[in-house]
Amino acid sequence: MGDHAVQLDSKTLWGGKESPFSTSYGKLMMWFFLVSDALTFTGLLIAYGYTRHAAQAAWPIGEETFNSMPFLGHGYPLLYVALMTFILIVSSVTMVLAVEAGHRMDKKGVIKWMIATIIGGFFFVGSQAWEWSHFIHGSEFGKIELADGSQAIVRGHFGEIENFTVVQAGSHLKVGSVVTSDLLHQFQHAAETGGLFKSTEMVNNLKNQKDIIAALKVDTAGKVGAKATQDNLKNKLAGLKKDLEAIKSKSSNNGVIILHDGSIAKINKKADEHLILITKKSGSKYKVGDKPIEGKKASELYYTSLQEGVQNKVVYGANLKQNEYGPQQYGQFFFFITGFHGFHVFSGVIINIIICIGVVMGTYHKRGHYEMVEKTGLYWHFVDLVWVFVFTFFYLL
Amino acid sequence: MLRDDLIEYSLHTHHSEDTGKKIRKKIFFVTILLTAITVGEVLLGAFIHQNSSVWPLVKWTFIILTLLKAGYIVMVFMHLGDEKKWLRNVILVPYFLFVAYLIFIAIWEALEVGSAVATYGN
Repeated sequence: MGDHAVQLDSKTLWGGKESPFSTSYGKLMMWFFLVSDALTFTGLLIAYGYTRHAAQAAWPIGEETFNSMPFLGHGYPLLYVALMTFILIVSSVTMVLAVEAGHRMDKKGVIKWMIATIIGGFFFVGSQAWEWSHFIHGSEFGKIELADGSQAIVRGHFGEIENFTVVQAGSHLKVGSVVTSDLLHQFQHAAETGGLFKSTEMVNNLKNQKDIIAALKVDTAGKVGAKATQDNLKNKLAGLKKDLEAIKSKSSNNGVIILHDGSIAKINKKADEHLILITKKSGSKYKVGDKPIEGKKASELYYTSLQEGVQNKVVYGANLKQNEYGPQQYGQFFFFITGFHGFHVFSGVIINIIICIGVVMGTYHKRGHYEMVEKTGLYWHFVDLVWVFVFTFFYLL
Repeated sequence: MLRDDLIEYSLHTHHSEDTGKKIRKKIFFVTILLTAITVGEVLLGAFIHQNSSVWPLVKWTFIILTLLKAGYIVMVFMHLGDEKKWLRNVILVPYFLFVAYLIFIAIWEALEVGSAVATYGN
Protein backbone atom coordinates (compact mmCIF):
# COMPACT_ATOMS: atom_id res chain seq x y z
CA MET A 1 0.00 0.00 0.00
CA GLY A 2 2.97 2.25 0.50
CA ASP A 3 3.49 4.98 -1.99
CA HIS A 4 7.22 5.68 -2.11
CA ALA A 5 6.76 8.65 -4.35
CA VAL A 6 5.03 10.59 -1.61
CA GLN A 7 7.16 13.45 -0.42
CA LEU A 8 7.09 13.81 3.32
CA ASP A 9 8.22 17.01 4.96
CA SER A 10 10.60 16.81 7.87
CA LYS A 11 7.92 17.85 10.39
CA THR A 12 5.86 14.77 9.58
CA LEU A 13 9.01 12.70 10.00
CA TRP A 14 9.50 13.99 13.55
CA GLY A 15 12.27 16.29 12.29
CA GLY A 16 14.39 13.28 11.29
CA LYS A 17 14.95 11.22 8.22
CA GLU A 18 12.47 8.47 8.92
CA SER A 19 9.32 7.99 10.92
CA PRO A 20 9.70 5.30 13.60
CA PHE A 21 7.56 2.23 12.90
CA SER A 22 6.17 4.10 9.86
CA THR A 23 3.73 5.78 12.20
CA SER A 24 2.97 9.41 12.80
CA TYR A 25 4.04 11.04 16.02
CA GLY A 26 0.41 11.57 17.13
CA LYS A 27 -0.60 7.97 16.62
CA LEU A 28 2.41 6.58 18.45
CA MET A 29 1.81 8.91 21.37
CA MET A 30 -1.84 7.86 21.45
CA TRP A 31 -0.67 4.27 21.73
CA PHE A 32 1.73 5.13 24.53
CA PHE A 33 -1.05 6.96 26.36
CA LEU A 34 -3.35 3.98 25.92
CA VAL A 35 -0.72 1.62 27.32
CA SER A 36 -0.36 3.81 30.41
CA ASP A 37 -4.13 4.11 30.77
CA ALA A 38 -4.43 0.34 30.36
CA LEU A 39 -1.98 -0.04 33.23
CA THR A 40 -4.19 2.18 35.40
CA PHE A 41 -7.24 0.02 34.75
CA THR A 42 -5.16 -3.13 35.18
CA GLY A 43 -4.06 -1.84 38.56
CA LEU A 44 -7.65 -1.17 39.59
CA LEU A 45 -8.88 -4.58 38.49
CA ILE A 46 -5.96 -6.36 40.13
CA ALA A 47 -6.61 -4.43 43.36
CA TYR A 48 -10.20 -5.65 43.11
CA GLY A 49 -8.95 -9.22 42.61
CA TYR A 50 -6.61 -8.85 45.58
CA THR A 51 -9.39 -7.65 47.89
CA ARG A 52 -11.74 -10.36 46.72
CA HIS A 53 -9.21 -13.16 47.22
CA ALA A 54 -8.21 -11.87 50.65
CA ALA A 55 -11.80 -11.24 51.82
CA GLN A 56 -13.40 -13.59 54.33
CA ALA A 57 -17.02 -12.61 53.91
CA ALA A 58 -19.01 -13.95 50.98
CA TRP A 59 -18.42 -11.86 47.87
CA PRO A 60 -21.50 -10.75 45.93
CA ILE A 61 -22.36 -12.75 42.84
CA GLY A 62 -23.01 -10.85 39.61
CA GLU A 63 -26.21 -12.58 38.57
CA GLU A 64 -27.69 -12.10 42.08
CA THR A 65 -26.71 -8.44 42.30
CA PHE A 66 -27.48 -7.23 38.80
CA ASN A 67 -30.76 -8.82 37.81
CA SER A 68 -33.03 -5.88 36.98
CA MET A 69 -34.27 -4.40 33.76
CA PRO A 70 -35.82 -0.96 33.28
CA PHE A 71 -39.66 -1.20 33.24
CA LEU A 72 -39.54 -4.97 33.77
CA GLY A 73 -38.36 -5.30 37.38
CA HIS A 74 -36.27 -8.15 38.77
CA GLY A 75 -35.43 -11.60 37.57
CA TYR A 76 -33.25 -10.87 34.53
CA PRO A 77 -29.74 -11.84 35.60
CA LEU A 78 -27.00 -9.91 33.78
CA LEU A 79 -29.29 -9.03 30.89
CA TYR A 80 -28.94 -5.29 31.38
CA VAL A 81 -25.14 -5.40 31.57
CA ALA A 82 -25.11 -7.56 28.46
CA LEU A 83 -27.20 -4.94 26.73
CA MET A 84 -24.73 -2.24 27.79
CA THR A 85 -21.87 -4.38 26.47
CA PHE A 86 -23.70 -4.82 23.18
CA ILE A 87 -24.29 -1.06 22.87
CA LEU A 88 -20.59 -0.41 23.40
CA ILE A 89 -19.52 -3.09 20.92
CA VAL A 90 -21.87 -1.65 18.29
CA SER A 91 -20.54 1.86 18.86
CA SER A 92 -17.04 0.47 18.50
CA VAL A 93 -18.06 -1.03 15.17
CA THR A 94 -19.53 2.23 13.90
CA MET A 95 -16.27 3.93 14.90
CA VAL A 96 -14.17 1.48 12.92
CA LEU A 97 -16.51 2.03 9.96
CA ALA A 98 -15.88 5.77 10.27
CA VAL A 99 -12.12 5.11 10.16
CA GLU A 100 -12.58 2.89 7.12
CA ALA A 101 -14.62 5.58 5.38
CA GLY A 102 -11.80 8.02 6.18
CA HIS A 103 -9.33 5.81 4.33
CA ARG A 104 -11.53 6.16 1.25
CA MET A 105 -11.73 9.97 1.77
CA ASP A 106 -15.50 9.53 2.07
CA LYS A 107 -16.41 12.58 4.12
CA LYS A 108 -20.15 11.83 4.24
CA GLY A 109 -19.46 8.28 5.40
CA VAL A 110 -17.18 9.50 8.18
CA ILE A 111 -19.82 11.95 9.44
CA LYS A 112 -22.57 9.34 9.33
CA TRP A 113 -20.64 6.72 11.30
CA MET A 114 -19.20 9.20 13.78
CA ILE A 115 -22.66 10.49 14.66
CA ALA A 116 -23.79 6.89 15.14
CA THR A 117 -20.82 6.35 17.46
CA ILE A 118 -21.66 9.44 19.50
CA ILE A 119 -25.26 8.33 19.89
CA GLY A 120 -24.07 4.89 21.02
CA GLY A 121 -21.77 6.57 23.54
CA PHE A 122 -24.61 8.62 25.00
CA PHE A 123 -26.74 5.49 25.26
CA PHE A 124 -23.98 3.77 27.20
CA VAL A 125 -23.46 6.68 29.60
CA GLY A 126 -27.23 6.85 30.12
CA SER A 127 -27.41 3.12 30.82
CA GLN A 128 -24.66 3.46 33.34
CA ALA A 129 -26.52 6.30 35.08
CA TRP A 130 -29.56 4.04 35.38
CA GLU A 131 -27.45 1.21 36.73
CA TRP A 132 -25.77 3.44 39.31
CA SER A 133 -29.09 4.80 40.44
CA HIS A 134 -30.43 1.29 40.79
CA PHE A 135 -27.31 0.14 42.65
CA ILE A 136 -27.51 3.09 45.05
CA HIS A 137 -31.22 2.72 45.80
CA GLY A 138 -31.08 -1.05 46.02
CA SER A 139 -33.89 -3.56 46.26
CA GLU A 140 -37.18 -3.20 48.15
CA PHE A 141 -36.03 -5.83 50.64
CA GLY A 142 -32.44 -4.80 51.36
CA LYS A 143 -29.99 -6.90 53.36
CA ILE A 144 -31.35 -8.08 56.71
CA GLU A 145 -29.64 -9.04 59.94
CA LEU A 146 -31.43 -12.06 61.40
CA ALA A 147 -31.98 -12.86 65.07
CA ASP A 148 -28.94 -15.18 65.23
CA GLY A 149 -26.59 -12.44 63.99
CA SER A 150 -26.31 -13.73 60.45
CA GLN A 151 -26.88 -11.45 57.46
CA ALA A 152 -28.91 -12.42 54.43
CA ILE A 153 -29.87 -10.87 51.12
CA VAL A 154 -33.46 -11.27 50.03
CA ARG A 155 -34.77 -12.23 46.61
CA GLY A 156 -38.36 -12.37 45.51
CA HIS A 157 -41.25 -10.13 44.61
CA PHE A 158 -42.03 -7.39 47.13
CA GLY A 159 -45.77 -7.01 47.65
CA GLU A 160 -46.85 -3.46 46.91
CA ILE A 161 -47.65 -1.20 49.90
CA GLU A 162 -51.19 0.12 49.43
CA ASN A 163 -51.47 2.68 52.24
CA PHE A 164 -50.84 3.47 55.89
CA THR A 165 -53.96 3.85 58.07
CA VAL A 166 -53.36 5.82 61.25
CA VAL A 167 -54.49 3.95 64.37
CA GLN A 168 -52.95 6.20 67.05
CA ALA A 169 -52.84 9.95 66.48
CA GLY A 170 -49.60 11.88 66.37
CA SER A 171 -48.93 15.62 66.40
CA HIS A 172 -50.33 15.95 62.89
CA LEU A 173 -52.35 13.00 61.67
CA LYS A 174 -55.64 11.92 63.26
CA VAL A 175 -56.91 8.39 63.79
CA GLY A 176 -58.35 7.07 60.57
CA SER A 177 -56.36 9.27 58.17
CA VAL A 178 -54.85 7.39 55.27
CA VAL A 179 -51.37 8.04 53.90
CA THR A 180 -51.04 7.12 50.24
CA SER A 181 -47.92 8.85 48.92
CA ASP A 182 -44.19 8.16 49.22
CA LEU A 183 -45.01 4.83 50.89
CA LEU A 184 -41.95 2.71 50.06
CA HIS A 185 -39.58 5.51 50.98
CA GLN A 186 -41.25 6.04 54.38
CA PHE A 187 -41.37 2.27 54.95
CA GLN A 188 -37.64 1.83 54.22
CA HIS A 189 -36.71 4.88 56.29
CA ALA A 190 -38.68 3.47 59.23
CA ALA A 191 -37.04 0.05 58.77
CA GLU A 192 -33.56 1.60 58.87
CA THR A 193 -34.25 3.73 61.92
CA GLY A 194 -36.20 1.17 63.93
CA GLY A 195 -39.71 2.47 63.24
CA LEU A 196 -41.41 -0.79 62.26
CA PHE A 197 -43.23 -2.90 64.85
CA LYS A 198 -45.52 -5.91 65.00
CA SER A 199 -48.45 -4.07 66.51
CA THR A 200 -49.55 -0.96 68.38
CA GLU A 201 -49.41 -2.94 71.63
CA MET A 202 -45.76 -3.66 70.94
CA VAL A 203 -44.97 0.02 70.43
CA ASN A 204 -46.76 1.00 73.63
CA ASN A 205 -45.28 -1.90 75.57
CA LEU A 206 -41.75 -0.92 74.56
CA LYS A 207 -42.49 2.73 75.38
CA ASN A 208 -43.74 1.80 78.85
CA GLN A 209 -40.69 -0.38 79.45
CA LYS A 210 -38.46 2.53 78.50
CA ASP A 211 -40.30 4.84 80.90
CA ILE A 212 -39.98 2.39 83.78
CA ILE A 213 -36.28 1.84 83.13
CA ALA A 214 -35.79 5.60 83.16
CA ALA A 215 -37.75 5.89 86.42
CA LEU A 216 -35.72 3.08 87.99
CA LYS A 217 -32.52 4.88 87.08
CA VAL A 218 -33.70 7.99 88.89
CA ASP A 219 -34.70 5.80 91.81
CA THR A 220 -31.40 3.98 92.18
CA ALA A 221 -29.73 7.38 92.24
CA GLY A 222 -31.57 7.75 95.52
CA LYS A 223 -33.78 10.69 94.63
CA VAL A 224 -37.11 8.97 95.23
CA GLY A 225 -35.80 6.38 97.60
CA ALA A 226 -38.60 4.11 98.72
CA LYS A 227 -37.82 0.46 98.21
CA ALA A 228 -41.46 -0.44 97.83
CA THR A 229 -41.78 1.83 94.79
CA GLN A 230 -38.69 0.26 93.27
CA ASP A 231 -40.01 -3.27 93.69
CA ASN A 232 -43.33 -2.20 92.29
CA LEU A 233 -41.63 -0.81 89.19
CA LYS A 234 -39.49 -3.92 88.76
CA ASN A 235 -42.57 -6.13 88.93
CA LYS A 236 -44.30 -3.97 86.37
CA LEU A 237 -41.27 -4.22 84.06
CA ALA A 238 -41.19 -8.00 84.36
CA GLY A 239 -44.88 -8.08 83.54
CA LEU A 240 -44.37 -5.91 80.47
CA LYS A 241 -41.52 -8.12 79.28
CA LYS A 242 -43.77 -11.17 79.58
CA ASP A 243 -46.53 -9.37 77.68
CA LEU A 244 -44.03 -8.47 74.96
CA GLU A 245 -43.21 -12.14 74.37
CA ALA A 246 -46.91 -12.85 73.99
CA ILE A 247 -47.32 -9.91 71.60
CA LYS A 248 -44.35 -11.02 69.52
CA SER A 249 -45.58 -14.60 69.21
CA LYS A 250 -48.91 -13.42 67.78
CA SER A 251 -49.14 -13.39 64.01
CA SER A 252 -48.59 -9.79 62.99
CA ASN A 253 -50.03 -9.47 59.51
CA ASN A 254 -48.14 -6.47 58.11
CA GLY A 255 -47.30 -4.66 61.30
CA VAL A 256 -47.35 -0.97 62.07
CA ILE A 257 -45.14 1.97 61.22
CA ILE A 258 -44.30 5.08 63.22
CA LEU A 259 -44.69 8.05 60.90
CA HIS A 260 -42.75 11.31 60.95
CA ASP A 261 -45.20 13.07 63.30
CA GLY A 262 -45.09 10.22 65.83
CA SER A 263 -48.43 8.73 64.86
CA ILE A 264 -48.75 4.96 64.58
CA ALA A 265 -50.23 3.59 61.37
CA LYS A 266 -51.27 0.15 60.22
CA ILE A 267 -49.45 -0.97 57.06
CA ASN A 268 -51.71 -2.28 54.31
CA LYS A 269 -49.55 -4.27 51.95
CA LYS A 270 -49.97 -7.01 49.39
CA ALA A 271 -48.27 -10.31 50.15
CA ASP A 272 -44.68 -10.92 49.04
CA GLU A 273 -44.09 -13.73 46.59
CA HIS A 274 -41.26 -16.26 46.20
CA LEU A 275 -39.31 -14.89 49.13
CA ILE A 276 -35.80 -16.36 49.44
CA LEU A 277 -33.12 -15.53 52.03
CA ILE A 278 -29.51 -16.14 50.96
CA THR A 279 -27.05 -16.02 53.87
CA LYS A 280 -24.08 -13.76 53.19
CA LYS A 281 -22.56 -13.61 56.66
CA SER A 282 -22.65 -16.54 59.06
CA GLY A 283 -24.41 -16.28 62.40
CA SER A 284 -24.88 -18.81 65.18
CA LYS A 285 -27.61 -20.64 63.25
CA TYR A 286 -27.48 -19.80 59.55
CA LYS A 287 -24.16 -20.15 57.70
CA VAL A 288 -22.78 -18.88 54.40
CA GLY A 289 -23.19 -21.54 51.74
CA ASP A 290 -26.28 -23.11 53.35
CA LYS A 291 -29.27 -23.77 51.14
CA PRO A 292 -31.34 -20.57 50.77
CA ILE A 293 -34.21 -20.23 53.25
CA GLU A 294 -37.53 -20.32 51.41
CA GLY A 295 -41.26 -20.01 51.82
CA LYS A 296 -43.09 -19.11 55.02
CA LYS A 297 -39.99 -19.44 57.15
CA ALA A 298 -38.12 -16.88 55.06
CA SER A 299 -40.97 -14.42 55.39
CA GLU A 300 -41.23 -15.02 59.15
CA LEU A 301 -37.51 -14.53 59.77
CA TYR A 302 -37.36 -11.44 57.60
CA TYR A 303 -40.33 -9.63 59.14
CA THR A 304 -39.47 -10.62 62.71
CA SER A 305 -36.14 -8.89 62.27
CA LEU A 306 -37.63 -5.94 60.40
CA GLN A 307 -40.41 -5.35 62.97
CA GLU A 308 -38.09 -5.51 65.95
CA GLY A 309 -38.16 -1.74 66.28
CA VAL A 310 -34.35 -1.70 66.29
CA GLN A 311 -32.29 0.48 63.99
CA ASN A 312 -29.58 -0.72 61.57
CA LYS A 313 -31.08 -4.18 61.14
CA VAL A 314 -31.50 -3.62 57.43
CA VAL A 315 -29.36 -1.98 54.73
CA TYR A 316 -30.90 -0.70 51.49
CA GLY A 317 -28.81 -0.06 48.39
CA ALA A 318 -25.26 1.21 48.58
CA ASN A 319 -23.05 4.07 49.61
CA LEU A 320 -19.33 4.27 50.34
CA LYS A 321 -19.79 3.03 53.92
CA GLN A 322 -22.08 0.05 53.47
CA ASN A 323 -24.13 -1.75 50.87
CA GLU A 324 -26.71 -4.48 50.76
CA TYR A 325 -24.75 -6.62 48.30
CA GLY A 326 -21.60 -7.55 50.20
CA PRO A 327 -18.48 -6.21 51.91
CA GLN A 328 -17.86 -2.47 52.08
CA GLN A 329 -15.00 -2.66 49.56
CA TYR A 330 -17.35 -4.17 46.99
CA GLY A 331 -19.37 -0.96 46.80
CA GLN A 332 -16.25 1.18 46.75
CA PHE A 333 -14.72 -0.78 43.88
CA PHE A 334 -18.00 -0.72 42.00
CA PHE A 335 -18.21 3.05 42.22
CA PHE A 336 -14.54 3.61 41.43
CA ILE A 337 -14.01 1.16 38.58
CA THR A 338 -17.28 1.63 36.72
CA GLY A 339 -17.14 5.34 37.52
CA PHE A 340 -13.63 5.71 36.12
CA HIS A 341 -14.66 3.77 33.04
CA GLY A 342 -17.83 5.84 32.68
CA PHE A 343 -15.72 8.98 32.89
CA HIS A 344 -13.59 7.63 30.03
CA VAL A 345 -16.71 6.95 27.96
CA PHE A 346 -18.00 10.43 28.65
CA SER A 347 -14.72 12.12 27.69
CA GLY A 348 -14.58 9.84 24.63
CA VAL A 349 -17.99 11.10 23.54
CA ILE A 350 -16.84 14.71 23.98
CA ILE A 351 -13.65 14.09 21.96
CA ASN A 352 -15.72 12.35 19.27
CA ILE A 353 -18.04 15.35 19.07
CA ILE A 354 -15.08 17.74 18.68
CA ILE A 355 -13.49 15.64 15.94
CA CYS A 356 -16.87 15.19 14.24
CA ILE A 357 -17.21 18.97 14.06
CA GLY A 358 -13.75 19.05 12.45
CA VAL A 359 -14.88 16.50 9.89
CA VAL A 360 -18.03 18.46 9.09
CA MET A 361 -15.94 21.64 8.63
CA GLY A 362 -13.67 19.79 6.23
CA THR A 363 -10.48 20.31 8.26
CA TYR A 364 -9.22 16.78 7.73
CA HIS A 365 -10.36 16.53 4.12
CA LYS A 366 -8.18 19.54 3.30
CA ARG A 367 -5.29 17.91 5.14
CA GLY A 368 -5.53 14.96 2.75
CA HIS A 369 -6.06 12.29 5.39
CA TYR A 370 -8.42 11.38 8.23
CA GLU A 371 -5.81 10.26 10.73
CA MET A 372 -7.41 12.37 13.44
CA VAL A 373 -10.50 10.15 13.20
CA GLU A 374 -8.27 7.11 13.47
CA LYS A 375 -6.64 8.46 16.63
CA THR A 376 -9.92 9.21 18.43
CA GLY A 377 -11.03 5.82 17.16
CA LEU A 378 -8.12 4.25 19.02
CA TYR A 379 -9.26 5.91 22.22
CA TRP A 380 -12.86 4.84 21.67
CA HIS A 381 -11.92 1.21 21.03
CA PHE A 382 -9.79 1.28 24.12
CA VAL A 383 -12.84 2.27 26.18
CA ASP A 384 -14.67 -0.73 24.72
CA LEU A 385 -11.65 -2.92 25.48
CA VAL A 386 -11.65 -1.89 29.14
CA TRP A 387 -15.37 -2.61 29.39
CA VAL A 388 -14.80 -6.15 28.12
CA PHE A 389 -12.54 -6.76 31.12
CA VAL A 390 -14.76 -4.92 33.63
CA PHE A 391 -17.72 -6.95 32.36
CA THR A 392 -15.89 -10.22 32.96
CA PHE A 393 -14.20 -9.52 36.26
CA PHE A 394 -16.89 -7.43 37.91
CA TYR A 395 -20.11 -8.96 36.61
CA LEU A 396 -19.43 -12.50 35.40
CA LEU A 397 -16.91 -13.91 37.84
CA MET B 1 13.10 -9.83 6.43
CA LEU B 2 10.71 -7.05 7.22
CA ARG B 3 12.39 -3.70 6.82
CA ASP B 4 11.35 -0.96 9.15
CA ASP B 5 13.34 1.79 7.48
CA LEU B 6 11.19 1.96 4.37
CA ILE B 7 8.81 4.84 4.40
CA GLU B 8 5.35 3.37 4.15
CA TYR B 9 3.67 6.17 5.89
CA SER B 10 0.39 5.29 7.55
CA LEU B 11 -1.21 8.64 6.76
CA HIS B 12 -1.12 7.75 3.11
CA THR B 13 -2.55 4.25 3.31
CA HIS B 14 -5.68 5.17 1.45
CA HIS B 15 -7.55 2.28 -0.05
CA SER B 16 -9.97 1.72 -2.88
CA GLU B 17 -13.68 0.88 -2.79
CA ASP B 18 -12.91 -2.83 -3.36
CA THR B 19 -10.44 -3.08 -0.48
CA GLY B 20 -12.98 -1.17 1.61
CA LYS B 21 -15.58 -3.83 0.93
CA LYS B 22 -13.20 -6.54 2.08
CA ILE B 23 -12.35 -4.61 5.24
CA ARG B 24 -16.01 -4.01 6.05
CA LYS B 25 -16.74 -7.72 5.59
CA LYS B 26 -14.09 -8.46 8.19
CA ILE B 27 -15.53 -5.81 10.53
CA PHE B 28 -18.99 -7.35 10.34
CA PHE B 29 -17.56 -10.80 10.97
CA VAL B 30 -15.83 -9.54 14.12
CA THR B 31 -19.01 -7.74 15.25
CA ILE B 32 -21.06 -10.91 15.05
CA LEU B 33 -18.32 -12.90 16.76
CA LEU B 34 -18.04 -10.44 19.68
CA THR B 35 -21.82 -10.33 20.10
CA ALA B 36 -22.10 -14.12 20.00
CA ILE B 37 -19.36 -14.47 22.64
CA THR B 38 -21.10 -11.94 24.91
CA VAL B 39 -24.47 -13.72 24.56
CA GLY B 40 -22.77 -17.04 25.30
CA GLU B 41 -21.12 -15.61 28.39
CA VAL B 42 -24.37 -14.21 29.75
CA LEU B 43 -26.16 -17.52 29.21
CA LEU B 44 -23.37 -19.40 30.98
CA GLY B 45 -23.44 -16.88 33.83
CA ALA B 46 -27.21 -17.03 34.20
CA PHE B 47 -27.56 -20.80 34.15
CA ILE B 48 -24.44 -22.08 35.89
CA HIS B 49 -24.16 -20.95 39.48
CA GLN B 50 -20.96 -20.31 41.35
CA ASN B 51 -21.51 -23.21 43.74
CA SER B 52 -21.89 -25.73 40.91
CA SER B 53 -19.12 -28.27 40.33
CA VAL B 54 -18.32 -27.08 36.80
CA TRP B 55 -17.89 -23.47 37.92
CA PRO B 56 -14.03 -23.48 37.78
CA LEU B 57 -14.26 -24.59 34.15
CA VAL B 58 -16.82 -21.86 33.41
CA LYS B 59 -14.63 -19.29 35.13
CA TRP B 60 -11.63 -20.10 32.98
CA THR B 61 -13.87 -20.17 29.90
CA PHE B 62 -14.90 -16.61 30.75
CA ILE B 63 -11.29 -15.49 31.09
CA ILE B 64 -10.22 -17.12 27.82
CA LEU B 65 -13.24 -15.72 25.93
CA THR B 66 -12.45 -12.28 27.35
CA LEU B 67 -8.88 -12.46 26.10
CA LEU B 68 -10.21 -13.60 22.72
CA LYS B 69 -12.59 -10.63 22.57
CA ALA B 70 -9.80 -8.27 23.63
CA GLY B 71 -7.52 -9.74 20.97
CA TYR B 72 -10.06 -9.10 18.22
CA ILE B 73 -10.70 -5.54 19.42
CA VAL B 74 -7.00 -4.69 19.56
CA MET B 75 -5.91 -6.46 16.38
CA VAL B 76 -8.86 -5.62 14.11
CA PHE B 77 -10.67 -2.56 15.50
CA MET B 78 -7.52 -0.82 16.66
CA HIS B 79 -5.60 -2.01 13.57
CA LEU B 80 -2.65 -3.17 15.65
CA GLY B 81 -2.58 -6.29 13.48
CA ASP B 82 -1.87 -4.08 10.46
CA GLU B 83 0.93 -2.11 12.07
CA LYS B 84 4.62 -2.89 11.83
CA LYS B 85 5.71 -5.92 13.80
CA TRP B 86 7.93 -3.91 16.10
CA LEU B 87 5.29 -1.36 16.93
CA ARG B 88 3.12 -4.28 17.99
CA ASN B 89 5.90 -5.69 20.14
CA VAL B 90 6.76 -2.38 21.77
CA ILE B 91 3.15 -2.00 22.88
CA LEU B 92 2.25 -5.55 23.86
CA VAL B 93 5.40 -7.17 25.25
CA PRO B 94 6.26 -4.76 28.11
CA TYR B 95 2.58 -4.54 29.06
CA PHE B 96 2.08 -8.29 29.26
CA LEU B 97 5.34 -8.90 31.12
CA PHE B 98 4.43 -6.35 33.77
CA VAL B 99 0.80 -7.41 34.11
CA ALA B 100 1.60 -11.11 34.33
CA TYR B 101 4.00 -10.33 37.15
CA LEU B 102 1.51 -8.07 38.92
CA ILE B 103 -1.31 -10.63 38.73
CA PHE B 104 0.96 -13.36 40.06
CA ILE B 105 2.29 -11.32 42.97
CA ALA B 106 -1.05 -9.76 43.95
CA ILE B 107 -3.21 -12.87 43.85
CA TRP B 108 -0.58 -14.98 45.59
CA GLU B 109 -0.26 -12.38 48.33
CA ALA B 110 -4.06 -12.06 48.65
CA LEU B 111 -4.50 -15.81 49.12
CA GLU B 112 -1.79 -15.85 51.78
CA VAL B 113 -3.34 -12.87 53.59
CA GLY B 114 -6.76 -14.51 53.35
CA SER B 115 -5.57 -17.80 54.82
CA ALA B 116 -3.58 -16.02 57.53
CA VAL B 117 -6.65 -14.05 58.60
CA ALA B 118 -8.75 -17.22 58.50
CA THR B 119 -6.21 -19.01 60.73
CA TYR B 120 -5.19 -16.34 63.22
CA GLY B 121 -8.02 -13.78 63.04
CA ASN B 122 -7.64 -10.10 62.36
